[in-house]
Amino acid sequence: MQAINLIISLNPEVIDITKLSLQVSGTSVILAAIVGIPIGVLIGLNEFPFKRTLRNLINTLMGLPPVVLGLFVFLMISRAGPLGTFGILFTPTAMIVAQFLLVTPIIMGLSIAAASAVDRVVIDTAISLGARKLDTMRLVINEARPALITAVIAGFGRAIAEVGAVMIVGGDIRWNTRVLTTSIMLETRKGQYDLAIALGIVLLAMSFFINFLVSYLQGRRK
Amino acid sequence: MSLLSVRGVTRRIGRRAILNDVSLDVDRGEMIAVLGPSGSGKTTLLRVINMLDRPDAGTVLFRGQDIWAGNEEETRRSMVMMFQKPVPFSMSVYDNIAYGMKLRKMSKQEISAAVEEALKLLDMAGKESQYARSLSGGEAQRLAFARAYVLKPDLLLLDEPTANLDPANAGIMERVIRETSRRLGTTVILVTHDMYQARRLASRSAFMLDGELIEMKPTAELFSSPDDPRTARFIKGELIY
Ligand SMILES: Nc1ncnc2c1ncn2[C@@H]1O[C@H](COP(=O)(O)OP(=O)(O)O)[C@@H](O)[C@H]1O
Ligand SMILES: [Mg+2]
Repeated sequence: MQAINLIISLNPEVIDITKLSLQVSGTSVILAAIVGIPIGVLIGLNEFPFKRTLRNLINTLMGLPPVVLGLFVFLMISRAGPLGTFGILFTPTAMIVAQFLLVTPIIMGLSIAAASAVDRVVIDTAISLGARKLDTMRLVINEARPALITAVIAGFGRAIAEVGAVMIVGGDIRWNTRVLTTSIMLETRKGQYDLAIALGIVLLAMSFFINFLVSYLQGRRK
Repeated sequence: MSLLSVRGVTRRIGRRAILNDVSLDVDRGEMIAVLGPSGSGKTTLLRVINMLDRPDAGTVLFRGQDIWAGNEEETRRSMVMMFQKPVPFSMSVYDNIAYGMKLRKMSKQEISAAVEEALKLLDMAGKESQYARSLSGGEAQRLAFARAYVLKPDLLLLDEPTANLDPANAGIMERVIRETSRRLGTTVILVTHDMYQARRLASRSAFMLDGELIEMKPTAELFSSPDDPRTARFIKGELIY
């Protein structure tokens, strides 16, 4: 099989594409986790007016079609757009921004659910033992850790597998902004099935590895 | 001056008063019991004292000062409540017991010494590194006590500490409650539905019903000569908890 050969021979283009995919999705997910987890936990722990509305909004954003988000980011950062002066259109930075916006609601929404699921008695016990707001939040993050890890992984799965947003704002430029999903699309359309299959195998292997990692991490917590 | 003075405290959920004009005083070093059927407001009373719930009317004075009038942090850290349902945090036994001490920025040596002392007191020596969620129900309850005990609070609020325990565990719990009170002079409010436990541990007992504190007297007197017919019915076992 030609496809297998491409992987085993460490074809430089396959490696480059894989690296960029990991960089873009990894960076956007880390940033999304830094923003999404604390805010999600804060929302989950507190009662305030319009909390339900906010949760509905976040849930809606969780299912946002990547192409629509890509279009929105494109309009913002294109030359004529309000953020056009940064000149990041068709760069990996633009792709990170788009995936960050795509993944943050997912991580946030799942973090809200994770924090809400923590037993109320745990929180009251901590407060009674002298915990302040920030201490309570830290404890809740610790209590909800398995669910939060799952949230981050789900976000990464979404980022690495989406094609619409990175295609629009990245432009699928060879050796520059081409990632696994966009090149699979391109190679398939060109009839280069071997390369497409090779890239597909890499993508699948990554998903498999991530799932394995999750179950390992969760299994380790006795 | 009493250590704690609850004055005319009312707490409502919607229109219903789950605490209705409750007043009581507790002296320093005293152990009192709060008795009453399920749903009478005992837990809510402890929560209001521990500042987890705010009263809608009335005041709680701690060392003569309104608990909600400044110094909330210090006041809250002078008392600890042990909840009826013991939930170990998902960390080791050691870290569970150390939790409140770490918040108070105590030194590592102090913490470690206190943890060891507490584990010994509760017959749990050697369990430091065990994952706390894997403890049995009785051990979890003892862990919850240890977590509060190491803070050496002025006021200890215990919500049905033996309700879910087998006799052996209940025996250990009663022993450590008594020792804490005697040796450290800790003031204790013990919520229980067990009249015999109140008799064994508390110098005075209060009886609550439907959010009201019906009466409070020396424990022996409450049982031998209750003032209120409702208390008498509870003692005769006619009011089911
Ligand atoms: N957060 C709450 N929301 C609604 N009802 C509550 C709440 N907390 C307590 N109650 C009600 O108040 C009454 C007193 O509760 P509680 O103080 O737990 O009683 P006890 O501890 O004596 O069993 C019960 O009827 C209970 O259902
Ligand atoms: Mg109760």
